[in-house]
Amino acid sequence: MNFFRYALGAPCALLLAGCGTDSTSVYLTVTGSSTVAPLLSEIAKRFESANPGIRIEVQTGGSSRGIADAIAGRANIGMSSRELKEDEAGLVSHPIAVDGIAVILHQENPVKGLTLQQLADIYTGKIERWSELGGPDREIIVVNKAEGRGTLEVFLKAVSLDSSDISADLIAGENQHAIKTVAGNADAIGYVSIGAAEAEIEGGLAITMPTIDEIPPSADAVASGSFPISRPLLLLVPENTQTEDSAEVEATRSFVAFAKGESVSDIISAQLYVPIIP
Amino acid sequence: MSRSFRDRIVAIGLGVIAIGCSGSVLLILLWTASESLPALKAVGLGQFLTDERWLPGSEREPQYGALPILFGSVLVTAAAIIPATIIGLGAAIYGEYYSPKFLKTILHRSLELLAGIPSVVVGFWALIVLVPLIAQWAPPGQGLFAATIVLALMILPTVALTSASSLAQVPSETRAAAKALGLGRATQIIKVYLPSSRAGILGGVLLAAARAVGETLAVVMVCGNIAQFPTSFFDPIRPVTAAIALEMGYATSFHRSALFVLAFILVLAVIGLLGASKLGTGIRRR
Repeated sequence: MNFFRYALGAPCALLLAGCGTDSTSVYLTVTGSSTVAPLLSEIAKRFESANPGIRIEVQTGGSSRGIADAIAGRANIGMSSRELKEDEAGLVSHPIAVDGIAVILHQENPVKGLTLQQLADIYTGKIERWSELGGPDREIIVVNKAEGRGTLEVFLKAVSLDSSDISADLIAGENQHAIKTVAGNADAIGYVSIGAAEAEIEGGLAITMPTIDEIPPSADAVASGSFPISRPLLLLVPENTQTEDSAEVEATRSFVAFAKGESVSDIISAQLYVPIIP
Repeated sequence: MSRSFRDRIVAIGLGVIAIGCSGSVLLILLWTASESLPALKAVGLGQFLTDERWLPGSEREPQYGALPILFGSVLVTAAAIIPATIIGLGAAIYGEYYSPKFLKTILHRSLELLAGIPSVVVGFWALIVLVPLIAQWAPPGQGLFAATIVLALMILPTVALTSASSLAQVPSETRAAAKALGLGRATQIIKVYLPSSRAGILGGVLLAAARAVGETLAVVMVCGNIAQFPTSFFDPIRPVTAAIALEMGYATSFHRSALFVLAFILVLAVIGLLGASKLGTGIRRR
């Protein structure tokens, strides 16, 4: 029976010891977008070391879940990498950064610029060969993102299409999956976060980013708002967080203010997103 | 504490553990079924079977055509089983009857090693090395063919190792009898040893098929993920596991529930395959 005593006793003792020595008074739960989560975890770490009384738990699960959790009160803060839809009411959104979405081509592709209209025509199958865009006489391999991804929704909005209009040759999941797919196929076209694409190009991968409506994809263009495919990274708090008063609400407010502040813009830039300068 | 009392405690404890294990399978089945109910109620099974495309996220007109996805799973599994069985069985026969002893050990160990390579590693290798090669002569490269190769590679060890162990179990009297009849070695293998270990080999192939149906990470990277009935061996497909892995983390409400409908069908298929493999091995005992 000793075995059982140890097996059950040890974790319980640890748990109790953990509670006993911890002076934490407030726990905040943050859920949502897998794009925002890594960024916010870093911000939360810095916030926690400045405010020892507050612990912040960051969980991922997609923008839609973050929004739903914040509305239902299951999370203190929701994270989203897309704007709120009309039926998602009762939340105040706080943009903390902007992410641009770049179109990526294989390095050997001579096409240097595309318009939003051309993108729409490529993704609906109206333009089928690169020769129609000044490239070689080869078929375009259209790489799309999987249903439900924030990147897909932002792209669809920018080119004014519904997902049922798209006729894709391949569908990728993660940014990495899309990037490696385009890098391995000279005729492919795809789209990913600018930050992710830039990091891979610096690493020597064989992809390029064409200009969109003659605007080169860069942090500056995204920051100024001139780049046509971009999305805000949002923190969402319930409306009553503005008025109510409790330790938890107070902590939520000060964390949101911290995440929007200048003291974290180095974290945002390091993660290859664009900070919002007020 | 008397000995019999202690025995009873142990027996009850182990019983609880054993029932818990098998009960969890039942729970998973019930849970996937109940999670898929909202979509089945709202959309109806009919739409899953008749819609042409899989577009649960469309804002204009969501579509839930599951048939191409289910067909994708069946197709890629069947396609992978054939080369895996031929090569795996061949390797087993060579190891058992032809190879020198030291080579047999090396063969065995490397097959075990192949079985142990994480599927994400196989998938990433295929995405970066294999797919660009295929894309040169059959663009876009990702698709049924790439997925078949990756899956065959992953289930080959299962077929080879189970076949080898059932060939090794052929009774020595049977072997002696075959040799005493003066049969050539090839005839011994084809006419005597293979038929007598048929049930074990079949069981191994079905186990491998169950793994192939459920394999996810490697397949999602190389299958192209278009939910369609392929018209050539190089067209992209989307098996059930790929559909779930791609979309589950990002799906809400009906979309999520629709994925559970796929998951439920997948669990039933795997249970069916394992049941068939039990029946297959049962033949020998009768």
